Amino acid sequence: MNTVIDTKKLSHSYGDVLVLKDLSLSIQKGDFFIIIGPNGSGKTTLMKVISGIEKSGKGRLEILGRPMRKYTRKTLARAISFVPQMVPVDFPFTVTELVLMGRSPHLGTLGLEQEKDIQIARQAMAFTGVEGLAHRKIDQLSGGERQRVFIARAICQEPQIMLLDEPTASLDLAHQVRVMDLMERLKQERGITIVMVSHDVNLAAMYGDRLLLLKEGQIVSMGLPEEVLTHNTLEEAYGCNLLVDESPLGKFQRVTLVPGKCIDSGMKKTDLK
Amino acid sequence: MPALSPAEHGIYDRHPVPAWIPAFAGMTTLRYLVARAIKSPVSIFYCLLQADITESLFLFLRILRFFAAMSPVNTKKPDILKRVLTISLLLLFLLLVAMLLGILMGSTPGGFKEAIQSLFGTRETGSMMDTIIWRIRFPRILLATLVGAALSLGGLVFQALLRNPLAEPYILGISSGSGIGAIFGILMGFSRFPGVGAMAFAGSMVTLLLLLVMSSGQTMIKKDSLLLSGVMVNAFCGALIMFLISITQDSRLHNIIFWLLGDLSMTDMGHVGILAVTIVPCFILLFWLSNSMNLLLMGKEMAQTMGVNIKVVTAILLIVTSFMVSATVSHCGPVGFVGLVMPHLLRLVFGPDHRVLVPACVLGGGTYMVLCDLLARTLPEQGEMPAGVITALIGAPLFIILLKRTGR
Ligand SMILES: Nc1ncnc2c1ncn2[C@@H]1O[C@H](COP(=O)(O)OP(=O)(O)OP(=O)(O)O)[C@@H](O)[C@H]1O
Ligand SMILES: [Mg+2]
Repeated sequence: MNTVIDTKKLSHSYGDVLVLKDLSLSIQKGDFFIIIGPNGSGKTTLMKVISGIEKSGKGRLEILGRPMRKYTRKTLARAISFVPQMVPVDFPFTVTELVLMGRSPHLGTLGLEQEKDIQIARQAMAFTGVEGLAHRKIDQLSGGERQRVFIARAICQEPQIMLLDEPTASLDLAHQVRVMDLMERLKQERGITIVMVSHDVNLAAMYGDRLLLLKEGQIVSMGLPEEVLTHNTLEEAYGCNLLVDESPLGKFQRVTLVPGKCIDSGMKKTDLK
Repeated sequence: MPALSPAEHGIYDRHPVPAWIPAFAGMTTLRYLVARAIKSPVSIFYCLLQADITESLFLFLRILRFFAAMSPVNTKKPDILKRVLTISLLLLFLLLVAMLLGILMGSTPGGFKEAIQSLFGTRETGSMMDTIIWRIRFPRILLATLVGAALSLGGLVFQALLRNPLAEPYILGISSGSGIGAIFGILMGFSRFPGVGAMAFAGSMVTLLLLLVMSSGQTMIKKDSLLLSGVMVNAFCGALIMFLISITQDSRLHNIIFWLLGDLSMTDMGHVGILAVTIVPCFILLFWLSNSMNLLLMGKEMAQTMGVNIKVVTAILLIVTSFMVSATVSHCGPVGFVGLVMPHLLRLVFGPDHRVLVPACVLGGGTYMVLCDLLARTLPEQGEMPAGVITALIGAPLFIILLKRTGR
């Protein structure tokens, strides 16, 4: 069994608004799977449905070969961890405490952590390079530091699948590459399947094993980066003039924006629909 | 990778025993020996209690500093249970001291020495002091402990659940809601338990639902709208209470007004026993859910992906807390702001982990309420004032400070 996430005709709506329409996709074990697409295309919603935050009304969704409804919150949390787009941090937990909370699904209701759990938390912090911040309070960290702390928390959960919603959005250039490299290492060293939402098509081209391009809740294209990141597909999805060529590094696609060439009418047409 | 112990690796630094502990122990022993050389066992105790003000202030500051050193900022022992136990024992000690003070002191003039003699049985039983201590002060102190514990815990839970540091049963109007229920109960001639209690619970559930409906935007409970809704609920309930009072003519009026003052004086061991039986299980249940409260602080969605069954946990927390609050309200009327002061103070000292904060709120809240009640009994030259006056005098300014801080 190598398919870890399998959906058939999966749909989701908020109230009357249909946001995901008949998505059928399967993600293989150990894939670095990246979801791209314009704002409001349903990327976050898809992540929420897969992580069980939103219950989908229609269609089939199987995680690790078991249908979603057979999971309890806890068993699901042992299979999947989720790093959301924004996490509110009003209360002054320390980095260590927060990372340790990732152990909760493996522990009893009171979450009494043992020596072993502390080891795992320590390794997770070392992995994302935040062990130096262990005693700092989470509400006193910069956005990038916080992002790495939440990734450490997700690693500490020891999932088989990790979902990340735009983890590189608030990071500087170096940290963007660092986080992506981290995910690559997680995938290779621990065989964790990574599913990530990203707006950076160039990073997606470099790191993704397979890409999914969503638009208005439907699949525009899915497959290898060179299959998805073609000039025509991208222009159609984003409604914007682009150049696609080969990166100077070779073997990757490179997408370049062309200033002042957005196809406004294209945007309006889709808005009216 | 070699298995370093957490302490070696520095995730947890161990704290050395602070030097003042042996020093203070030595001082106390010395004092004890001197006292023993002079007089009877009673005077020994008296002598220990009569530590002068500077010394006790010093002690208090050191204790706070010691607690603060154990807070997760500087962390600590790897075993969370050990930490919970240590802190609970320390707070239990404070509670016992406060209870002792509460028993020994009161409005009866010159009664301190007599009270000690009565307490330690060096006096013939059946005296007036005996009656005062065991029939009046003792149940009252137990009631204060339970009420303080329940209200602080109520504040703690609401703050976590609504992710709003200003949430508190009284401010949200839940206390007044259960107050309305209780007054209806009194007017219908129910007994205090279970009739009035059940009515109070119904009243608190109704206000809670009203509050959640009023303040819920689409999905999120917003900070300001929640507070505003609370203000409105409070105003409405206040008006309703006034209305009920003005149409009541007979002896029940006396009952209602006394009860409204948020007053602890009308109690006996029977009532205290009933209250204890109803709310102590709530404490245990809430402690059991304390780790879920930790996860809830990261938002409902995150908590869900970390294995918390949000619907069940939220429902249990809301119902248990309202139950607990309405049980106390039906006994002693709405006492305000306790749920604001204690959780904030304890969070400041011990950090935000609810597995520590739940027992700390039970013990610390009890201590706080016993001391407030003691002030209420001893401050006025004649008679006494309701404990609710003291808690409001302390709590309302703190509320304003917190409001200004969260506004930033
Ligand atoms: N809780 C909600 N209730 C109602 N509608 C929602 C909700 N969350 C999202 N939507 C709508 O669903 C659509 C998809 O939203 P989603 O957040 O999945 O987009 P996205 O692809 O993640 O966008 P972005 O790139 O901006 O993050 C949007 O039109 C949005 O307005
Ligand atoms: Mg999104």
